[in-house]
Amino acid sequence: MFDFQIVSTWLHGVLTGVMPEWAAILTESVLVALLIITLYAVFAIVLIYMERKICAFFQCRLGPMRVGKWGLLQVFSDVFKMLTKEIIEMRQSDRLLHNMAPFLVVAASMTTFACLPWNMGGHIIDFNVGVFFFLAIGSIGVVGILLAGWSSNNKYSLIGAMRSGAQIISYELSIGMVMLTMICLTGTMSFSEICQQQADYGWNILRGHVPAVLAFIIYLIAGNAECNRGPFDLPESESELTAGYHTEYSGMHFGYYYLAEYLNLFICAGMASTIFLGGWAPIYFPGLEGFNDVMAMIPGCVWFLGKTFFVVFLLMWERWTFPRLRIDQILSLEWKYLLPFTMVLLVVMALCVSLGLTF
Amino acid sequence: MNFTLFVTALLTGIAFVAVVTLLAKLIAPRSFNAQKEEAYECGVPTRGKSWMQFRVGYYLFAILFLMFDVETMFLFPWAVVMRTLGPAGLVSVLFFLFILVLGLAYAWRKGALKWQ
Repeated sequence: MFDFQIVSTWLHGVLTGVMPEWAAILTESVLVALLIITLYAVFAIVLIYMERKICAFFQCRLGPMRVGKWGLLQVFSDVFKMLTKEIIEMRQSDRLLHNMAPFLVVAASMTTFACLPWNMGGHIIDFNVGVFFFLAIGSIGVVGILLAGWSSNNKYSLIGAMRSGAQIISYELSIGMVMLTMICLTGTMSFSEICQQQADYGWNILRGHVPAVLAFIIYLIAGNAECNRGPFDLPESESELTAGYHTEYSGMHFGYYYLAEYLNLFICAGMASTIFLGGWAPIYFPGLEGFNDVMAMIPGCVWFLGKTFFVVFLLMWERWTFPRLRIDQILSLEWKYLLPFTMVLLVVMALCVSLGLTF
Repeated sequence: MNFTLFVTALLTGIAFVAVVTLLAKLIAPRSFNAQKEEAYECGVPTRGKSWMQFRVGYYLFAILFLMFDVETMFLFPWAVVMRTLGPAGLVSVLFFLFILVLGLAYAWRKGALKWQ
């Protein structure tokens, strides 16, 4: 498996050779920032196109077909349209908070985006408390959403933001508990170590067998709720609240919420692929040496992206299959079913690990 | 290095929004119209302010969330060292979880989880 650390060490060596230490670190930071923005934009475009096509196929339609071959240029034209639309300042809104909210949402999603392990040694942020850090930074997004709803001075926005806040914080508990369940198995919170372990001993979903599979299913449900999507999209349910918390945002301001929503979907799927499906770790069966060697030749980032897009597909499938729930149904699903169930799951996993019942 | 990269990612997000907003403001057309600056509530003129009291139910769930979120925070360090702690750690965490489940059961019984 190719270790990306070689490239970054080499680059650091070259840069420190021609300039002082601080300038080298500054240059590297700028390079990383450009890399993050490029990947962010590229994945947003890919995901929006993918969502529109998949949704169309689920509903027996063709989806975008006119702009470019198979509608491939549709998303680019949408982005251009958003850029050239006026950003309307509301008369009665709270200007400062109204303009600040997109910053919080995008900064939170970009920082969590930087946590993903793309390849062996190819992570950007890798704390030893990675999972915890990821959850903590991810929660900043909800502050942005609440601010957006509150500052708009629009009743629909306020209701949408309140619903969104209640829903996201509720399902965050399930996400946290599910991640806790998997940390019991791995014994580390650093994403690179979690992936390395899975490359050595096999994917977590196979190692943890029954509890891990149940945890994965719960993660898929709670993940869709975290991204305000799917059957849980009532914060922005267009049939009752016009557009929910971003009703009053126009042009590119709306575009940020759109971007962050799709990137949150990608981040959610990326986290599922890291924690359950091995991240960049190739599939590994003990005993089948030839097969394992062939699989190890496929680069890590291909594995990571393949698994992530597989989970993205599962989440989209879920979104376009189920009808929207009501707020009371959403909250009782979380508090009366998922939360007690994840607690039991945590205890079961802890017992399995202590009794040596995992692989 | 990790903290540098963390700050880099955070600043990247902020700079991205700032630069793109500036760009959009530069190239987007502008027009002025008193109607346009009204709050959009499906075309009906809006009544009063929207900064008002809202349902207390959201607040109740936020309080419950706090309790359980702090609990997960305490469980994370245990989960990392679970193997080395052995049975003693497991039993004490089970006791901790039991108290929390009691709390959830109390809230459930009191009707805090019911949306009315």
